[in-house]
Amino acid sequence: MVASTEHEHGGGNTRLYLIVWGWLIALTGLEVFLGYEHIPLTIMVVVVMGLSIVKAALIMAYFMHLKFERLSLILTVVPALIVCISLLAIFFPDSLRALSLRAFR
Amino acid sequence: MAEARVNDQMLTEWDGGALPYAVGHKKLGMWLFIMSDSLTFSALLVGYAYVRLSSDVWAKPFPFYPSIIFSTVMTACLLSSSLTMVMAVSASERRDRGGVVKWILATIAGGLAFLILHLIEWNHLIGEGLRPFTVPAEWGEGASPLFGATFFTITGLHMFHVFTGVIYLGVTAARKRATHEDVEISGLYWHFVDLVWMFVFPLIYLLSIRY
Repeated sequence: MVASTEHEHGGGNTRLYLIVWGWLIALTGLEVFLGYEHIPLTIMVVVVMGLSIVKAALIMAYFMHLKFERLSLILTVVPALIVCISLLAIFFPDSLRALSLRAFR
Repeated sequence: MAEARVNDQMLTEWDGGALPYAVGHKKLGMWLFIMSDSLTFSALLVGYAYVRLSSDVWAKPFPFYPSIIFSTVMTACLLSSSLTMVMAVSASERRDRGGVVKWILATIAGGLAFLILHLIEWNHLIGEGLRPFTVPAEWGEGASPLFGATFFTITGLHMFHVFTGVIYLGVTAARKRATHEDVEISGLYWHFVDLVWMFVFPLIYLLSIRY
């Protein structure tokens, strides 16, 4: 039943996986290095989240094989996730409001 | 291209009788589980960010040794275990059952190393006096006590996922009837656990380093 889909699952070989793994390790090392560079918290959050998103994309594309799946699966999984996770950001204005309320005490 | 002729009618792939995603139902199910689980973790991480943003002082409890060294090595363990899992899937594609078992055992070893290091790290923090709703006084004047709540919830849930993954992989390796698709799906779960740690590690650890 599944055998009919298996021929589409090429892509990827040991060399490619090793290169991806090397990048993931290198980006982790970069993150740890930046952690000790006394960068202001806001900039640090943006940089580190950017690097983490790159790492997550590498893992999803190559290790989770999403790059080699049919486009319909990618379009089902990725945009919905991005939209739902972005919607959670609606809480942030309120957390800043809570902080400013506290300052008057 | 994926049209099929059924009873002399041209059906598109969405009319049924075809696999619109070109993956089996089990694999699609795992992808949907991964989507819902990533929303759980996103909500927890956003909750952590909310609490941290609305606090005057946030504890910076992680010294280079043991916390940062340990968590960096743990990250490397998870990343390497993802690589060995990919090798297990490749072996399974070649129908090399011995290779599958060998590579899955290597993956389990990486997961266990992660768990052991993380428990040592928890033990160190609990020893310093960290509790879900109490931070040790030395971690900073007026530091929010919610540090413990966010730390134990997020890393605890992730640790539970790693633990579950180790059992899941063990079952997959032990099952003689596990198909290539089964191995691939257990791999998807394992990579997802790795992926979540890629966000937990910088957000929890690297943003709270004690210089």
